[in-house]
Amino acid sequence: MDTKLLMEQLIGGFGYLLLAPLLGGLLAGFDRIVTARMQSRKGPPLFQPFYDVLKLFEKRGTVVNRFQNLYMLCFLIFIIVTGLIFFTGGNLLLTIFALTVASVFLILGAFSTNSPYSTIGADRELLQVMAYEPMVLIAAMGMYLITRSFNVRDIIAWQMPLVYCLPLIFIGFVFILTIKLRKSPFDLSSSHHGHQEIVKGITTEFSGSSLALFEIAHWYENILLLGIVYLFFAAFHPAIAIGLTLVTYIFEIFIDNAFARLTWRFTVKSSWLVAGVLGGVNLVAAAYLLF
Amino acid sequence: MSFITKSPWVLHYDGSSCNGCDIEVLACLTPLYDIERFGIINTGNPKHADVFLITGGINEQNEPVVRNLYAQMPDPKVVVALGICATSGNFFRECYNIKGGVDKVLPVDIYVPGCAVRPEAIIDGVVAALGILEKKRAALKNQPAQSAA
Repeated sequence: MDTKLLMEQLIGGFGYLLLAPLLGGLLAGFDRIVTARMQSRKGPPLFQPFYDVLKLFEKRGTVVNRFQNLYMLCFLIFIIVTGLIFFTGGNLLLTIFALTVASVFLILGAFSTNSPYSTIGADRELLQVMAYEPMVLIAAMGMYLITRSFNVRDIIAWQMPLVYCLPLIFIGFVFILTIKLRKSPFDLSSSHHGHQEIVKGITTEFSGSSLALFEIAHWYENILLLGIVYLFFAAFHPAIAIGLTLVTYIFEIFIDNAFARLTWRFTVKSSWLVAGVLGGVNLVAAAYLLF
Repeated sequence: MSFITKSPWVLHYDGSSCNGCDIEVLACLTPLYDIERFGIINTGNPKHADVFLITGGINEQNEPVVRNLYAQMPDPKVVVALGICATSGNFFRECYNIKGGVDKVLPVDIYVPGCAVRPEAIIDGVVAALGILEKKRAALKNQPAQSAA
């Protein structure tokens, strides 16, 4: 293995490990300010998500069993592992499967508490995994079809912006990104605001430091997802590519504020329809035009 | 440095109030008062809450509910009685079913009178409660942590 590659992997890995929570937290603060401005409010300070998490570490946690905090810790660890695979230029398919394993730990944690709200939240989280997984896989397949590699390193190095070859798959991915970012209209499993429908769904029974771990894992996850969005623009100049990724995120904030929550039936049906139609058409068209 | 005063999450419960004070609590979230400026979030989950806002004089039926919610809040926590009914029971005080104030059921830290209590007074009350919350946190830090379940 040559040293340049190793250096790149080390920079990618440590960069993600150290910077992702910072960037993710800032992004969450930015999100809350933009959301507040869209509702003609002033909104909290930019560093509010950090204050929230540091406060949660100051609180005494309450648990209903010995396992729930362990599951939450595993969720965080697997999200970090997933991000490390991705940001060291590893295999995209492995990234997607590791991300699913992380979600499974979160679901197990919520189920283990036996609380009705938590259980409904965990059920819905399972449905969400079911809803977004096909589109995520199709996105990886589309990238493989164009670049002939599942390695993130090769996909980034491809000479043409993938969004030109995979426009429909990009739209489909942005559609399911709303589910993954836990934003309206698909914030089914852990409602955005705690005083709704299923209280706080999947995180209802988590308090104190384990809730803080959830927040940190969510920041790591958001940065990873934006990393996947970046792949679609990777061939542009890096500044433009990062700009377009941010525009995608701001678009998600707009969607978050413009829609009310939908039912799980609509979520599953619509995301499978989007995956089938947009993903399928794009895959077939790309395969037909290329060969 | 303490962060609990920068991010107080609020749990709001209507302990048999006429709903007037509750509307004022929710008015605090609107663009005019926007309490999220101070990091305050209205959460519906006692396990995530730091500040317990109660309106109304508490009746026989919701007394166990109020006790349960308070017990589910992780330490450190404060209780704010909002409105004159929560403070003293007001003219419902003598009713057969009314306890006559939140402090008959829970240890109240801050009393905010008013009928209905004004959003400005609610914000003042919560800010005063934060001082107590910070003291409780400091006191808690010196106590040994309870062993995990």
